[in-house]
Amino acid sequence: MALLDASGGDIFREEEARMTSSSSKYPEPDGPLLSVRSVTKRYGARIGCEDISFDLWPGEVLGVVGESGSGKSTLLGCLSGQLRPDAGEVLFDTRDRGPVDTLRMSEPQRRHLARTDWAFVHQNPRDGLRMGVSAGGNVGERLMAGGARHYGRIREAASDWLGRVEIDTGRIDDRPRQFSGGMQQRLQIARNLVSGPRLAFMDEPTGGLDVSVQARLLDLLRGLVRDMGLSAVLVTHDLAVVRLLADRLIVMKDGRVVETGLTDQVLDDPQHDYTQLLVSSVLQV
Amino acid sequence: MSDQAYNFAYLDEGTKRMIRRAILKGIAVPGYQVPFASREMPMPYGWGTGGVQVTAAVLTPGDVLKVIDQGADDTTNAVSIRKFFQRTAGVATTERTNEATMIQTRHRIPETPLTGDQILVYQVPIPEPMRFLEPRETETRRIHALADYGLMQVRLYEDIARHGEIATSYAYPVEVAGRYVMDPSPIPKFDNPKLDDCPAIQLFGAGREQRIYALPPYTHVRSLDFEDHPFTASKADHACAICGSGTSYLDEVITDDAGGRMFVCSDTDYCAQNAKGGA
Ligand SMILES: Nc1ncnc2c1ncn2[C@@H]1O[C@H](COP(=O)(O)OP(=O)(O)OP(=O)(O)O)[C@@H](O)[C@H]1O
Ligand SMILES: [Mg+2]
Ligand SMILES: [Zn+2]
Repeated sequence: MALLDASGGDIFREEEARMTSSSSKYPEPDGPLLSVRSVTKRYGARIGCEDISFDLWPGEVLGVVGESGSGKSTLLGCLSGQLRPDAGEVLFDTRDRGPVDTLRMSEPQRRHLARTDWAFVHQNPRDGLRMGVSAGGNVGERLMAGGARHYGRIREAASDWLGRVEIDTGRIDDRPRQFSGGMQQRLQIARNLVSGPRLAFMDEPTGGLDVSVQARLLDLLRGLVRDMGLSAVLVTHDLAVVRLLADRLIVMKDGRVVETGLTDQVLDDPQHDYTQLLVSSVLQV
Repeated sequence: MSDQAYNFAYLDEGTKRMIRRAILKGIAVPGYQVPFASREMPMPYGWGTGGVQVTAAVLTPGDVLKVIDQGADDTTNAVSIRKFFQRTAGVATTERTNEATMIQTRHRIPETPLTGDQILVYQVPIPEPMRFLEPRETETRRIHALADYGLMQVRLYEDIARHGEIATSYAYPVEVAGRYVMDPSPIPKFDNPKLDDCPAIQLFGAGREQRIYALPPYTHVRSLDFEDHPFTASKADHACAICGSGTSYLDEVITDDAGGRMFVCSDTDYCAQNAKGGA
């Protein structure tokens, strides 16, 4: 537990004082699902991401685009509790206690959140799957972590989710190693969504897949997001992906947000020089 | 008389104190794996160096020691450990479970119920029950710290998915006192119920892995399972060919080249006493 708290230091104590003194800055009960306030993360002298703020509303998909090294993964890591920012707040609207700064939660609380209400889809399925465990076991793990102890019902749920991500349920006892890249990615999605999360973090979920496989995965994601009313922060450098999935965009460069707006607006009428460059370079491809 | 070239029970007093501290910590936190600085012993790893160090640290001159390997007192491993302590500690030894004050065991719990005057020391090859699912020790430690045991249940799920039932029949994982999940060492799952509510102190030593853990007397120990696949303590469905016991754990013994076989008690002391009508 002390692992993540060790680097907190004075910044967090200051934050704590501020938070207890003014509760007015909390969003109203039916406010944003996620409120990101001035999140900054440095790696030594190098900036990972700096002073990032935005709100994510229930059911909304926010795309985060920018060139390699612009800080997208760093930001996602900070939001999902995998990295500890140097400053800022990440307020998540918890089911039982309303908005809570996830950076100040105890590790057990954050872990609980991460395996119930959050999903994290890694670019490389190997990072998000247990390669030595069957597809059914991969999908069932969250349920078992949540206390499910009825084998038949766990298996039923796993089988149902394999169907939803278009994996033949006859493969429920196969290991992910025997799956194609696209299937592995869909299995990773099922493994995350089985607990009915409200917020998904996705880092290049279609990266590394060939184009036709990508298209099918995007279709699937779009359906799931809509059906489950899922909110998502979607990191990608592929503008076609955000065009299809994201309601709003933030554009990052050198760790900072340079432009933000509705996806179509930003892509069709980019304001910032850098966004213009980004959009035109894609259009030329 | 003990060999004067050695300190009592081979280990020096400083090392014993270090091991006793680990044991006390283990008893204070039942089922928790306590790291300790395992010493070189005059026998190879895999021959029970963890158990031997634990025994050496708690042994007193008045103890009566029994050593068993898979239930038998007369196997090479058991004989050599017993001789080791006869020579280095000069303690009395026995093959009778009810005469022993200390029992070091590999892979069995005696059939004869243990008492509050006894200490049972297990030799443990792999203390971490999640080792083969999660090789990163940083992660397994975190799982134990947070009691985040979904992964443990996944292991049993995989068993049922592959074999139609929980096929794990040795080293069957248990939950200790409602908190830590523990590997009971490779005892048959038949022995698992004996871990529970046992009057004796149970100590576990893993030499190569440098871990000690413990069950204080009368600790609640529950074998993990599923509602629709409950734990069962199974054994071969036979009676012992020597003593006729229908309740003790049996080994299958090949009796000739023609494929002849019989089932006999794995606990040799129990079998001998039972055959005499005195178990
Ligand atoms: N662990 C680390 N240690 C030091 N610097 C890092 C580390 N991780 C990232 N950085 C630096 O932080 C900056 C942002 O990196 P980040 O990985 O967030 O970029 P990204 O937008 O995700 O890039 P990509 O599109 O290539 O995945 C880069 O300058 C990178 O070199
Ligand atoms: Mg990245
Ligand atoms: Zn017998």
